[in-house]
Amino acid sequence: MTARSSRFNPYWLLVAPAVLLVLALYVAPIVNVLLLSVTDPKPGFDNYAKIFQSDTVAGLLWRTVRLCLITTVAAVTLGYIVSYAMLHALSHVRRRMMSILLISFWISVLVRSFAWLMLLGHNGLVNDALLGLGLISEPLPLMRNELGVLIGMTEYMVPYAILPLLANMQGIDPRVSSASRSLGASHAQTFFRVFLPLTRPGIIAASLLVFISSLGFYVTPAILGGGKVQMIAEYISVQLLVTVRWGVAAMLATLMIASVLALMYVLNRFMKLSVVFGGATR
Amino acid sequence: MNAGPAGIGVVFSNVTKQYGKMTAVDGVSLDIRAGEFLTLLGPSGSGKTTLLMMLAGFQDISMGDILVGGASIAATPPEKRNFGMVFQGYALFPHMTVRKNIAYPLEIRHRPRAEIDARVDEMLEMVQLKGLADRHPHQLSGGQQQRVALARALSFSPRVLLLDEPLGALDRKLRAEVQDQLKDIHNRVGTTFIYVTHDQEEALTMSDRIVIMNRGRVVQVGSPIELYEKPRTVFAANFLGKSNFIRHEGRIFALRPEKIQVFAAGKGQGQNRLCGTVRSITYMGATLKLMVEVENHPTIEVHVPAWHSAEAFSESQAVELCWSNDAQVEVEGGDGDEAGARSA
Repeated sequence: MTARSSRFNPYWLLVAPAVLLVLALYVAPIVNVLLLSVTDPKPGFDNYAKIFQSDTVAGLLWRTVRLCLITTVAAVTLGYIVSYAMLHALSHVRRRMMSILLISFWISVLVRSFAWLMLLGHNGLVNDALLGLGLISEPLPLMRNELGVLIGMTEYMVPYAILPLLANMQGIDPRVSSASRSLGASHAQTFFRVFLPLTRPGIIAASLLVFISSLGFYVTPAILGGGKVQMIAEYISVQLLVTVRWGVAAMLATLMIASVLALMYVLNRFMKLSVVFGGATR
Repeated sequence: MNAGPAGIGVVFSNVTKQYGKMTAVDGVSLDIRAGEFLTLLGPSGSGKTTLLMMLAGFQDISMGDILVGGASIAATPPEKRNFGMVFQGYALFPHMTVRKNIAYPLEIRHRPRAEIDARVDEMLEMVQLKGLADRHPHQLSGGQQQRVALARALSFSPRVLLLDEPLGALDRKLRAEVQDQLKDIHNRVGTTFIYVTHDQEEALTMSDRIVIMNRGRVVQVGSPIELYEKPRTVFAANFLGKSNFIRHEGRIFALRPEKIQVFAAGKGQGQNRLCGTVRSITYMGATLKLMVEVENHPTIEVHVPAWHSAEAFSESQAVELCWSNDAQVEVEGGDGDEAGARSA
């Protein structure tokens, strides 16, 4: 065995094409981006210094983080409610809810953003309805601002929050909640003292997943923000295509990749990644 | 030890549970005495667990009523019933230590800290888990988890303790040990224990009274001795212990395998005799199990003490089976359970 393991194993040739493809089309460009961030326009860390020197870049990063955090809290809260309802629904109702959830994954983010445009505009369904009911006297500014972007992002991210939460909740023995009730705890006490603590891994996993995914939002802020709410992805695109400052774009891209990898590492510590994407907790 | 309030009586009055068109529990009336150890025994689907869940408050009652200490609890939510409950699989809180688990019902009731600590220590001592108070459930063996579940269910001194197949996950030897402990704890705390199981041995060894259930109905209620010695139906005779069924002039008699004597052909003596041929011999340690073929009759199972008789029998030997009149009990058939009884 020892002699064999030191020799070249010909079976590696079978996966060689795939490995080469990944190296050439994925790893090489990423390394190139990394290099660009410290070489363009001139070698050095000037691009990274902009994080602290340029108000535009700092503001952009702060806005991105802030919007992503709010989206995370909103999406995970809503996702928790839906997961909890799914967990306690009758099986045929749960199946139907699951299909609706999966269908929502297939609708492109572009289509959804335009749909929100129809709903949230000055003459959109929401404002018309509120005006018609006499609840407001003039249309609310629901889009072309951060609120619009948040509504669009949250709606898109809720299904991503539901999957890890539901997987976590389904791994909890329902008798544990019954035990708590039999010991004298009300519904609410059981929820806060037993159920909620047991879903902590699911909440952490869902939060990280939603936060990481939110960082890359491009279409939603562009459409619902009306150009006024720029997030990191849109900014990178502008640097690349309009102002042609590839160094800054590369620096921001590198920053994003690094934060995502760091968060993935944390996520993996709380919950195996395979579990996040379906399956039970144990 | 502080026994807390003594047990309380529970009355099931014509209790029925229907799921759609399926009747899981069919008009059960039962009078459970204060402080007794009562076992609901039956095969799966006999309605015993449903009955327990209705008592615990996790299932609604379709018809009838349940009275505890004379008052109906049909409309009382589970948390207000003040019953301890040990679940199948224990259902310990995985995120809490043993100490926290046992303290939980007391904390919910806002008892003072000092009282909680003292009571938890007392319970830990009762179930012999003093050294493991700061462990989490997943760090304990099955038997230890079972004892934590018991301590948790008893820590708030409930007047009724419900146990749903609590020994199901334990291995045989451990189960026998825990049975003794359970019985001992029952004697000490004086709480009414209502125990659900499909295991006839558990039922026989621990209970003051056993309720045999089948198809949502009560088949027979009585002490272990009454039920074993005087079963009223084929089902009862067959579910609690083993039994042969002798048919005679349209009547059915239950006959326990150990109440039959075996003689060499022609040498039999006794009030009832049957001639047959030994088909198989199984050595069981304490006893020998003989399967004896008798003409015009299902095979009869006989248990004889193994000591000094292992060599006395051989296969295809002609034998005479004898028993006295008081060894057999007349039972009712019905329910279509005879078919199962005959083949058993």
